[in-house]
Amino acid sequence: MFDRSLRLNRRNFLAAGGGLVVALSLPSSPRRAAAQASPGFAPNAFIRIDRQGIATMVMPMAEMGQGIHTAHAMLLAEELDVGLDQVRLELSPASDALYGNPLFGPQSTGGSTSIRAFWMPLRQAGAVARTLLLEAAAQKWGVDPKTCRAESGSVFETSGSRHLAYGQLVDAAGTLPAPAPESVALKDRKDFKIIGKPHRRLDTPGKVNGTTVFGIDTKIPGMKIAAIAISPVFGGKPKSVDEKAALAVRGVHQVVLTDQAVAVVADHMGAAKKGLDAAAIQWDEGPNATVNSADIIRQLKEASKTPGAVARSEGDVEKALAGATRRLEAVYQLPFLAHATMEPMNCTVHVKKDACDVWVGTQVPTMAQTTAAQLTGLPVEAVTIHNHLIGGGFGRRLEVDGIEHAVKVAQQVDGPVKVIWSREEDIQHDMYRPYYYDRLSAGLDASGKLVAWTHRVSGSSVTARYFPAGMQNGVDPDGVEGADQPPYAFPAIHVEFKRVEPPAVPTAWWRGVGATHNIFVVESFIDELAAAAKADPVEFRKALLSHNPRALGVLTLATQKAGWGAPMPQRQGRGVSVQFAFGTYMATVAEVEVGTDGTVKVHRLVCAVDCGLQVNPDTIAAQMEGGCIFGLTAASHGAITLKDGRVEQGNFDTYLPMRMDEVPVVETHFVNSAEAPGGMGEAGTAAVFPALTNAIFAATGKRIRTLPVDTKLLKSI
Amino acid sequence: MTTNIKINGTVHTVDADGDTPLLWVLRDVLGMTGTKFGCGAGLCGACTVHLDGQAVRACQTPIDSVGESSITTIEAIGETPQGKALQQSWIDLDVPQCGYCQSGQIMSAAALLAATPKPTDADIDAAMSGNVCRCGTYQRIRAAIHRATA
Repeated sequence: MFDRSLRLNRRNFLAAGGGLVVALSLPSSPRRAAAQASPGFAPNAFIRIDRQGIATMVMPMAEMGQGIHTAHAMLLAEELDVGLDQVRLELSPASDALYGNPLFGPQSTGGSTSIRAFWMPLRQAGAVARTLLLEAAAQKWGVDPKTCRAESGSVFETSGSRHLAYGQLVDAAGTLPAPAPESVALKDRKDFKIIGKPHRRLDTPGKVNGTTVFGIDTKIPGMKIAAIAISPVFGGKPKSVDEKAALAVRGVHQVVLTDQAVAVVADHMGAAKKGLDAAAIQWDEGPNATVNSADIIRQLKEASKTPGAVARSEGDVEKALAGATRRLEAVYQLPFLAHATMEPMNCTVHVKKDACDVWVGTQVPTMAQTTAAQLTGLPVEAVTIHNHLIGGGFGRRLEVDGIEHAVKVAQQVDGPVKVIWSREEDIQHDMYRPYYYDRLSAGLDASGKLVAWTHRVSGSSVTARYFPAGMQNGVDPDGVEGADQPPYAFPAIHVEFKRVEPPAVPTAWWRGVGATHNIFVVESFIDELAAAAKADPVEFRKALLSHNPRALGVLTLATQKAGWGAPMPQRQGRGVSVQFAFGTYMATVAEVEVGTDGTVKVHRLVCAVDCGLQVNPDTIAAQMEGGCIFGLTAASHGAITLKDGRVEQGNFDTYLPMRMDEVPVVETHFVNSAEAPGGMGEAGTAAVFPALTNAIFAATGKRIRTLPVDTKLLKSI
Repeated sequence: MTTNIKINGTVHTVDADGDTPLLWVLRDVLGMTGTKFGCGAGLCGACTVHLDGQAVRACQTPIDSVGESSITTIEAIGETPQGKALQQSWIDLDVPQCGYCQSGQIMSAAALLAATPKPTDADIDAAMSGNVCRCGTYQRIRAAIHRATA
């Protein structure tokens, strides 16, 4: 996949169209216009260099806060031998051929893959460009390229005094045939000048002065603003609206009905919202008007009693359990969760006779393009996706439902229209992290050693809907991620997946995906077994990790840094978790205090990370901090519930975020490693759930098996 | 009916209902999109602006309530000593992740520093807990506020 994309020539790249400039570090220059007139040097889809020597880097993946644009620019700049102050960034246009994620195929930012997927392709892209620039300089000087070296955007003759800036070489370099990406020499890691050093993010300046343009900030001449109401019951449709009342609101231009929603189009969102209220919409609620959370849970509970598809079965589990001295069983439950990105769902669309423009922040530009093409009946090439920096993704913007709604509205509007969801629409029409109902059992022998482990996951399969080809004999690999390959050496293990689709509720990827669900379950149940064996939770884990040095390494580091074992006051405790997910090893220790009223205060989270070679260490720490808080928020407060087919939560007063006065300090400690880089965007989120609940157990003796944490169960009076 | 509103030192004449939230006038009528929409209910602080130096939520501020007061937004907060120092410390500590809430965070922090030049952690908790960050940048926000006062 990526070989093909890297071999595409400049003409193909230019034909794909430019992206939106997101970060400018351009010196202003009167020669700038002349330089722009030249295509300059574009040896592949990721790099263009103009006659000024400015390297434009086209970002294949979406920036939604994870720092990937800076990290990807670092990979390119390292091998290209330019400073980060000599680059500017562009968002890529929609193109699977040029910017597909090598690990997925399509252009998709998710699964903590952006570094893992582009670690080599972007370095190779930079090295190809550097090789050609060296060659161009050598030809000008009539010397062997081996006698030249590249540094900070110039080529130097190693033994002489001559040098040429990249800008002076672009025309010559542009005529040279590009070598195959895998044929060019990459730098030895010891020679890295940029990779592995902390660098300030390139996207920060615009984010502190209000100039960054998110999708919701789109401004198009003649653009109208639409507020939207989607059927509050999933699958319902509009029955009637008071169009006259809506149109009577000053600034309202139009009321639009689609198959699932009503939109009021106005000069500004204030008028549009007022118009929507005035429209007094009546809904045909359809068949889902009686769906309640309790029924969904009952359905899962029943289904979980019978076998699912086998994800992994090794050793004789039945025999081992029959012979066990002690046998434990447990049920764990995790709720539906919304993403609640700070930037509410929005999408601006202009449908014209022969073209469609879409301004949005999306993790899946080509899926967005295909969706708009299908709805409008236009060829894919006639749809232009103008992607933006994203005000929070967390998986929400891997979906194109918001784009569908906006296109359906825009088809009925003359001119561009920006469709903005209220926060209530955003939370009540999210696509949710599935509710999971997990059954586990395990056996211990007389010495307290684990002899067998079973785990049956029951819940919705996101893979079956999103990527059906990814299903493996009825097993959703995401549904068992973190469950079928735990880091531990279990003598016998049996893991099943039972697909149970809830009525009405759409389910989707949520930060940390399968790992966020299963690491909680596995690490909690391991903790239960340690307690049953009257063993220290860390020692119990270590005994199962002797084959796994990297897991042991992070566990040892985290527990050392956290002061594991030191006495704590009453109703305070430490909890630990270990994981291997997204190619990264992590151990986390949480320190909590549980009040007599049951309130839980997390004082400290200590994370040890072995993510292999680091690209931007400070970004990794930032992802640990943010990922942990995202998970801690869900574990503490997060639950989407249904009553009469409607989501009961609506805004930040009912779907609670953690706030400044509530969050602990997150410490990040690294195990230095030369292994290939692992993913970091989701690891912290997955790790924190069991660390929290295991700490609550240490503090109170109460085992939390259902999330979010119910503080009523933790009262001491 | 038109309303005159003084924003960042300039008086704008706005043709909208008096009960229209300032947020939508800023964003949709005047095109000043640095102030963000997050909840529309005064629950997240993304739309924080200053009204005569006090932090207020633009989504809860009808334009007819502004009167002669001066509005300051993220676009101009860098012209105040507190705003400038905060923006620099935000950059120094790489505070933002997605960045969407950070306009509001900086506006709340600037109002805090104007009133309390050397805030304690408790002061920061009190002033900043109305601002939600789903990326979880809180500990860097706290550190950056302290840094801006150093």
